[in-house]
Amino acid sequence: MSKPKVAFYWCASCGGCEETVVDLAEDILGVVEKVDIVLWPVAMDFKYKDIEAMADKSITATFLNGAIRSTEQEEMARLLRRKSVYLIAYGACAHTGGIPALANQFSREQILKFNYEDAPTLVKGEKTRPLTSFTEEGRTVSLPALHNVVRTLDQVVDVDYYVPGCPPTPKITRAAVNALLEGKLPPKGTVIGPDHALCEECERKDTKPDKWDFVEFKRPHQKLMDEKCFLAQGVVCMGPATRAGCEAQCTAGGMPCTGCFGGTSRVRDQGAKILSSICSNIAAKEEDEIDETLAGIPDPVGTFYRYGLAKSILRRKMNLPTNP
Amino acid sequence: MDKPTNQNIRIGFYVCHCGSNIAAMVDCPAVAKYVETLPHVVLSRDYKYMCSDPGQELIQKDIAEHKLTRVVVASCSPLLHEHTFRGAVEAGGLNPFFFHMVNIREHDSWVHTDKAEATTKAKELAHAAIMRVAMHKALEVKRVPVHPDALVIGGGIAGIHAAMTLANAGKKVFLVEREPSIGGHMAKFDKTFPTLDCAACILTPKMSEAGSHPNITLLSYSEVTKLDGYVGNYTVTVKRKPRYIIEDKCTGCQECVANCVYKEAKFPDEFNEGLGKRKPVYIPFPQATPQVVVIDPKTCLNFRNGELTGKCKKSCVTACGEKQAIDFNQKETFLELKVGTVIVTTGFKAFDAKRMPQYGYGKFPNVFTALEIERLVNSSGPTGGHVVLRDGKTEPKSIGIIHCVGSRDKKTNRWCSRVCCMYSLKLAHLLKEHTGAEIYNFYIDMRTPGKGYEEFYDKLLEEGVHFIRGRVGEVTDWAMSKEEMEKGKLVIRVEDTLAGYVRRIPFDMVVLATGLEPQEDAQSIRRMLNMSCGTEGFFLERHPKLAPVSTFTEGIFLAGCCQGPRDIPDSVAQAGAAAEALVLIDKGYIEQEPNTAYILDDECCGCKSCIPLCPYTAITFDAAKKKAVINEALCKGCGTCVAGCPSGSIVQNLFDDEEIFSEIEGVLAHE
Amino acid sequence: MSNEWQPRIVAFFCNWCTYTAADLAGVSRLKYASNTRVIRLMCSGRVDPQFILDALAKGADAVLIGGCHPFDCHYAEGNYKCLRRFQLLKRMLADMGIEPERLRLEWISAAEGEKVKRVINEMTAAVRALGPLGIPQKFAEWDKEMEQFTAHVQAAEALKAPCAEHAPTQEPAHV
Repeated sequence: MSKPKVAFYWCASCGGCEETVVDLAEDILGVVEKVDIVLWPVAMDFKYKDIEAMADKSITATFLNGAIRSTEQEEMARLLRRKSVYLIAYGACAHTGGIPALANQFSREQILKFNYEDAPTLVKGEKTRPLTSFTEEGRTVSLPALHNVVRTLDQVVDVDYYVPGCPPTPKITRAAVNALLEGKLPPKGTVIGPDHALCEECERKDTKPDKWDFVEFKRPHQKLMDEKCFLAQGVVCMGPATRAGCEAQCTAGGMPCTGCFGGTSRVRDQGAKILSSICSNIAAKEEDEIDETLAGIPDPVGTFYRYGLAKSILRRKMNLPTNP
Repeated sequence: MDKPTNQNIRIGFYVCHCGSNIAAMVDCPAVAKYVETLPHVVLSRDYKYMCSDPGQELIQKDIAEHKLTRVVVASCSPLLHEHTFRGAVEAGGLNPFFFHMVNIREHDSWVHTDKAEATTKAKELAHAAIMRVAMHKALEVKRVPVHPDALVIGGGIAGIHAAMTLANAGKKVFLVEREPSIGGHMAKFDKTFPTLDCAACILTPKMSEAGSHPNITLLSYSEVTKLDGYVGNYTVTVKRKPRYIIEDKCTGCQECVANCVYKEAKFPDEFNEGLGKRKPVYIPFPQATPQVVVIDPKTCLNFRNGELTGKCKKSCVTACGEKQAIDFNQKETFLELKVGTVIVTTGFKAFDAKRMPQYGYGKFPNVFTALEIERLVNSSGPTGGHVVLRDGKTEPKSIGIIHCVGSRDKKTNRWCSRVCCMYSLKLAHLLKEHTGAEIYNFYIDMRTPGKGYEEFYDKLLEEGVHFIRGRVGEVTDWAMSKEEMEKGKLVIRVEDTLAGYVRRIPFDMVVLATGLEPQEDAQSIRRMLNMSCGTEGFFLERHPKLAPVSTFTEGIFLAGCCQGPRDIPDSVAQAGAAAEALVLIDKGYIEQEPNTAYILDDECCGCKSCIPLCPYTAITFDAAKKKAVINEALCKGCGTCVAGCPSGSIVQNLFDDEEIFSEIEGVLAHE
Repeated sequence: MSNEWQPRIVAFFCNWCTYTAADLAGVSRLKYASNTRVIRLMCSGRVDPQFILDALAKGADAVLIGGCHPFDCHYAEGNYKCLRRFQLLKRMLADMGIEPERLRLEWISAAEGEKVKRVINEMTAAVRALGPLGIPQKFAEWDKEMEQFTAHVQAAEALKAPCAEHAPTQEPAHV
């Protein structure tokens, strides 16, 4: 019997997810023994047309990381969907939009203008924008276009499973791969990982107080050395609203949780939920005093939706133009 | 989350015409037709009166015939009839919580004027209910045992009657009264309208009966300061103000009063509206219950600024002798009581006539309030029933009674105080009887609805009492120079709206028929007992007709003027609130809406964010499991913790997330 | 009903004060705009910010929350919890390009039927002036770029264009 075919692909991502695959360390060898890797652009050379030539559903599983924000990424997502039995959204960006989805606070024009015209790193006065096609000496090359909206993988194609995290941990990756190889697959749509929040596995859990009464919010660097629960120190920690499974590496390493695993299955909007929880526990009762306390959270969208804006209920800033 | 599977959901929908209350503004058949097209709906009807017996039977029949598993009724407010329809659904063999109600009367037909708009709104609200009810789960009503003892707050006629009813039925009652004696306003009245019974003759036997009833613990000179616990099981804290008398030892002989170092009574007597005098040690009135004196530290020589000085020679203590009932060291004490039901009979406050300076109360000595006149005409009053002017000797020859002082007036109180017309008639009669003076009533409208009331008015007309229709503009002591007859008199200036001209009429005495207001501390009582107040500040009943003595909190009832102005017969009738309390006590339990929250044990991560959110400390942290736990008995079902749980691990019965999300989707589903 | 656009307001009213006040408005036969749909909750503290976002995303033009006055909450302090969430949510909505007028919190006691009328009328007028929020329509508009792309890819596949290293687009030279 032939080995199952597996593909790894990346879209709008930083490459960190690819690192995780490598982080499987010697386990990767075990995986490689059991599967045929048919596509892994970051490590090996494959051509688009090779995939295109494959029969539909001939890839057992594709692990796709990164959000979808260009025409090329969309095309690849659709192609891989067609060719794969299982399409797995791998990592926060494919799962909930990730860091790239913070771009949903800006229009495409704002982004292009800043990056190609106004950014301080650019040569002054040079305003070269990327082209989608370019003809020279009778040969035309084309480049993908940027979408107006950054999307999660499941906002573009049907997704079978989700492996959360920025990046997913080797352990959770291994769990997903093993489930696949052993045929012990959970119901479609499952997020691989526990369905409770992070505090469960946080080593600071025992230092939680019974009363919060937030009076001031601090930034993480002000409280790095303390070993108490971050929230107990007034540092916004997304842990209570974030799916566990990362083994609380950030909080163990002195940083509060920023929410990369997304919310639990019972939550529709991770940001709204942490907002609700934190705000409910503010001490102040008068509007001005409440606002004074809340001034410590200057950027609620960036704080509560750092990885989840694309997947949030509102998805994107509402008053942005959508250029054709 | 467990969603009910689709094949099990068979919804029956009913839209009620409520006669024409709904049907006049909402196209009921159109709503029924629209709902018929929605998923899971197997039956959709419109019907004249859903809450009627046939309406309820229709539901039961349909459940059986069409194998309905869910029912939605679009009619009035759920606060009115949710209970009724749940009963019908249950009688039909379904769990009563497989029901949802749509409010298309109070929230729709009664408040809108465009039939198309109102119909659209009804459709959308119905759509939401259809989507929501599909998510409903079977729930069980919780039964909370009711502590058999009862608390009555306020010892006026309503409170006394309520306490007596309960006590006679064998229940233990705590009757708390903040004054030194029970009796309330009624104890101050001379006669009662329209029969002219002597108020004291009716009231005092009841007072002493209540005071000595083995089942009634009378806590006079006391105030309820705190109410803890939950429905059916309250812990009440009662503050007992020091009266400097040991109640059990005092026999009411009043030797101490007779022997007080003050030989003459020289301090204004509260009971007599300041018209009489009392000593620092006194009994409020002869029939006071309990028959226990009280020492007023503000006037007693043995105190200064509330501190004991010991400067008085304490002849009262000597007079008391072996009884040793006087204790100058008495302090404020707090008593904790356990009760299951509470009847609130805190009464009213008379309108402060000084708030209408145009009538000169407080400025002209011979302007009196009605309550002052009650004392003046009373044979046990400060003048022994001799009606005299403020100088204490002159009998008035002419008296003007001004109605609606602090009633039916946008500048003060908009409501009709209901009793003033009748008591003004009564006082007119009594004043005429006592003085033979010419008596004028100045009224806006005469309001005499009640058994024998109109006849009483007729009688007064025949007695030659004058009636002038018109709101009095002012009372003045300024005499128009030409009119000798006005000199030294109080002149009432009024537009006689029947005669059609402005009149000036001079009087020796003016009586202000002051209206009834909520007690000053009504708001704090309301907060303490978790009640609501109406616009005017009187306590709000659950429903003016269907539950006039109930409040929104089970086991807490209202009676008397604290709920709105009313006369003695009505107050006593309403004190039948006691009957409702009795029913509850005898039933032994209160059925509680199963809207409590619970923690999903496997899913809770123990983040503790919910714990401080609960005002009832129903949420605790299980240190062994490191998870939050909700004590269902303490949970009152607000759902704040559910909204605040960052991982969605708390569920509220009846208001779970999916139910509300589907309602949101439903109200917005209609194009 | 006229065919012009009608604002849709979803309201979350607490059972004890504001819902009862709305009942009172009904009993008093006060007349007000028909654009609000009330969802009854036991307490304003039950209002999960998710409900507000969801209502807006499903087509509400505005959301109104009604609770008991400060100190008067039937559940002691649920209204304060609501207020604190509301303060930040309103700011966050502004960051997300939603006008603050589209979210309103009002304390309305059981006695204030008149206030129900006033608030609903004011809010209806304010939202009418703002115009539709139309988030479902926005979602559809945003996702058109995918439909266009799908159509384009299908067309390209039909032609079997030889040079398809990268997907060509319909974009003009500058994106």
